[in-house]
Amino acid sequence: MYTEKVMDHFTNPRNVGELENPDGVGEVGNAKCGDIMRIYLDIEGDIIKDVKFKTFGCGAAVATSSMVTEMVKGKTIEEAMEISNAAVAEALGGLPPAKMHCSNLAADALHEAIKNYHDKQHKKE
Amino acid sequence: MRRVYLDHSATTPVDPEVAAIMMTYYTEKYGNPSSVHGFGREAKQALEQARNQVAELIGAASGEITFTSGGTEADNLAILGTAEALRKKGKHIITSCIEHHAVLETCEYLEKNGFDLTVIPVDEEGIISVDALRKAIRPDTILITIMHANNEVGSIQPISEIGKLAKEQGIVFHVDAVQSLGKIPVNVEELNVDLLTVSGHKIYGPKGVGALYVRKGLRIVPLVHGGGQEKKRRSGTENTPGIIGFGKACELAGQRMADDAEHQRKLRDKLINGILERIDFVKVNGPLGEKRLPNNVNVSIRYVEGESLLLSLDMLGIAASSGSACTSGSLDPSHVLLGMGLIHEIAHGSLRFSLGRQNTEEDIDYVLEQLPKIVERLRMMSPLYDQAIHSKQA
Repeated sequence: MYTEKVMDHFTNPRNVGELENPDGVGEVGNAKCGDIMRIYLDIEGDIIKDVKFKTFGCGAAVATSSMVTEMVKGKTIEEAMEISNAAVAEALGGLPPAKMHCSNLAADALHEAIKNYHDKQHKKE
Repeated sequence: MRRVYLDHSATTPVDPEVAAIMMTYYTEKYGNPSSVHGFGREAKQALEQARNQVAELIGAASGEITFTSGGTEADNLAILGTAEALRKKGKHIITSCIEHHAVLETCEYLEKNGFDLTVIPVDEEGIISVDALRKAIRPDTILITIMHANNEVGSIQPISEIGKLAKEQGIVFHVDAVQSLGKIPVNVEELNVDLLTVSGHKIYGPKGVGALYVRKGLRIVPLVHGGGQEKKRRSGTENTPGIIGFGKACELAGQRMADDAEHQRKLRDKLINGILERIDFVKVNGPLGEKRLPNNVNVSIRYVEGESLLLSLDMLGIAASSGSACTSGSLDPSHVLLGMGLIHEIAHGSLRFSLGRQNTEEDIDYVLEQLPKIVERLRMMSPLYDQAIHSKQA
């Protein structure tokens, strides 16, 4: 049902955890649906220096969260905004069709975190 | 790697004795039971012996057994066949919210085609209230269909009482006994049933074979028309190897039921108690004690999701199942758990272990050693667990 890459990210997820004083935090999903993803960002200039995640959900939810953190580390904010849910799924070698809608939200969580960073910047100004 | 199969409510291995007898009817005694010649006659004789074996296990007469392709077909035949036979008498059907999809979907199909359906609720242990059922009965009620024991949470229903009520009111009563057969006594007289569904592959028999008990004198309309086999109730050349295997499995189930139940009840309680001792924020779903099938364990482990649990267990060779949305193939978790009043979050984290004849104490020890580590790993990743811990400390 899942690709080897999905199972690898599920078994050994990258960048699990939280950041102490994150520059941006984004959360999507809800417990009712069975998926919650939260992403923490450290941003210097416009570069994503560090990223962590916490996820409640199925194998696909954990794997996409882990994958997106790997894809985004060291990238600019602009590049990060370009990453789509479909690109995350593709980087994992694909997801079962049923998972494409419900559990493939990691890029959304990332974009929420960036939005949160921008909001904080505006408040500082 | 150690392999521990704890999904016997999904299916069981075929008993070697059953498989051996089946093989003969594929390669040597392959005649068509409808044929006049010796090949046909020996197949026919074995078919009727199997019918006796099934009948004996449920306290029926052999003429009351109709073989089908499985539990789903038997449920369809019972419900559609009764509705069709009685459609002039009335259009109201009663079922419960925790039935198997083979019953629920069939009733809903009838509802879309002119029948009225009442789906009665269950209590928090997954047990039907006879009172609620009594209140649902109308003058035009023609059929009540309720399962003997639930496949997900193992709750055993008050079938005998419901049967008595149905009999008093002159309503046909169908029971799906797929999960209870071979685990607890199933007797059509004691249970006061008119129609009863059983299946082969849940009792160490083959897949693709089941039966419907039809009380003598009761008329049902067939679904499958053709050569008139099974007293015209189910046409098509009989699956003789499957049926003969099913018959043998019934005979063995009758002999072993008491020992199996005692053994599995012990393992069941060890597993439930072990999980409760080792993992916090756990809820047992379904009743405890005598109202629960001897082989069923169902727990909700909070702040983790069922499919993640299953994948993690599978990597360690442990086979279980879950009522989470991801494993039900829809966006909602198990209708049984929701019907018992569980909120979605808790239903998503449900885990079912269903025990079998071959499971050992060591199997349970292995699960109890591995499961807490899996839960800890997933909770470390879960944003919900943080919140729970913080609010507990606060």
